[in-house]
Amino acid sequence: MNFYLTYILVAAGLFAFSAVFALFAVYAERKVSAFIQDRLGPTEVGKFGLLQTVADILKLLQKEMIVPSAADKVLFVAAPAIIFIAVYLGFAALPWAPGLVPSKINLGLYYIFAIISVETLGILMAGWGSNNKYSILGAMRSAAQIISYEIPAGFAIISVVMIAQTLNLQDIAMQQGTLSPEGVKFLGFWDVSHTGGILAWNIFRAPHLIIAFVIYFIASLAESNRAPFDIPEAESELVSGFHTEYTGLRFGLVFLAEYSMMFLVSMIGVVLFLGAWNTPLPNIGTVHLADWTTGTFWGIFWIAIKSLGLVGVQMWIRWTLPRLRVDQLMNLCWKVLTPLAFACMLASGVWRLWLM
Amino acid sequence: MSNKALNGFKTAWKGLSLTISHLFASNAKRKVIPVSNDNYFKQLEGTNTIQYPMQVLPSPEVGRYQLDVEIDDCIVCDLCAKICPVDCITIEQVKATELIGHTSDGSPKRIYAAQFDIDMAKCMYCGLCTIVCPTECIIMTDQYDKSVFELKDLNYEFANMTPEEVAEKKTLLENKLAEKQAAKLAAMNKMEGGA
Repeated sequence: MNFYLTYILVAAGLFAFSAVFALFAVYAERKVSAFIQDRLGPTEVGKFGLLQTVADILKLLQKEMIVPSAADKVLFVAAPAIIFIAVYLGFAALPWAPGLVPSKINLGLYYIFAIISVETLGILMAGWGSNNKYSILGAMRSAAQIISYEIPAGFAIISVVMIAQTLNLQDIAMQQGTLSPEGVKFLGFWDVSHTGGILAWNIFRAPHLIIAFVIYFIASLAESNRAPFDIPEAESELVSGFHTEYTGLRFGLVFLAEYSMMFLVSMIGVVLFLGAWNTPLPNIGTVHLADWTTGTFWGIFWIAIKSLGLVGVQMWIRWTLPRLRVDQLMNLCWKVLTPLAFACMLASGVWRLWLM
Repeated sequence: MSNKALNGFKTAWKGLSLTISHLFASNAKRKVIPVSNDNYFKQLEGTNTIQYPMQVLPSPEVGRYQLDVEIDDCIVCDLCAKICPVDCITIEQVKATELIGHTSDGSPKRIYAAQFDIDMAKCMYCGLCTIVCPTECIIMTDQYDKSVFELKDLNYEFANMTPEEVAEKKTLLENKLAEKQAAKLAAMNKMEGGA
């Protein structure tokens, strides 16, 4: 019976994490955007406006949940839950520290990519169920975009998997540091198994993985519907796309899913390319920085810092680059990223066969 | 093709470096200086936001905002109501039977203002009324954030007479007029009788 309790605790912990993260990510996003545009951002609620998003969520909880009379009630009501649950389930397979992972599955990466694709279904349901032309346009765009960008993202990931030879995220994480069971080579020639640190990260294991990381990062922006790929929401054209008709808690869930998705894709990127929970500090001679900064607490610390860093980059990009047009979006995906991702996969095969 | 991609990265980086430089730039709060200041348009440091209720940008002296009437200085000449292009001023005059007093600039007051309403919802802020006023009792203040919950709250009433006072002054005036009329009639009768 005890393991059921553990399951529930872990699930509640992950939910609490994603909720708290979403609250403060919204605050951070508002502050970052404000400072980028020489404004002040929220300042009134709490010190430096820290409680602004808490006040916002309290307001959202109290609001009436309106279902438009022309809406398809079942789809409309179920959609936010599906959108959020799809993202939330993705957290199950992500490793946080050596030996600390909510669910040890040997198909972890495959599972995550399967489960977060379900989000598209939720978005389509929301768009169709709203019975609103802007919502359905947003949903169609979202589906087209997410499905298209899964291809370059998938192939960028496969090029890592071909190097790592496993789909288990904990094993992939383990390979990128001093704890690696099979040894790590920096760019294929310098054995850094005992040096570790940033040199042992996957992006430095093979040079083409840097390109694969860039491809994955761009595709992950598109998959989480973030600017410059936010055409499904496109405030200026579609009001706010598929979630135009949502109010109250349902809108809150859609928002929560968006911000959890940001963290999720960043964390996958960190696990696959940026050393997962491994420390960036290498062992130098007798100064064993890497060994000193490896452990359960340090693991959580490093992976959180790295993921939050990537989330920060996502925000930075959002407040800099203008939105892509639909045709530019598809051009970039099919004519640039997909061939490049294929080339990376090919390079991975060659690398694995002849250089490792 | 590769040139285009390179250009894309270069221009994206240019934008990204611009935004990050602003992200980590000084976030000093804005100092409030009036528009007439020479440095007004040179304020490039720090944030741009004026935190309105706490910080207020000084309004220029010639600015045209809410109307205000110093009713004690008003001689109820009705010029402002006549010049108003949108008829937002409503004045009801009651002539006094004797001199009421003097305004602060020495003009004699001979008329009571039974009603002096300005409907700011109709006002077009042209400022003509302030120009024609002979005693300069109607002015435009520097108040500009007037928002109300009821439309009728935008109708400012400046007359300070109670309805009883108005009624009293009206009867006085009627009595005076009746007296005058009676005197006139008596005089006419006398002339007719004499002739």
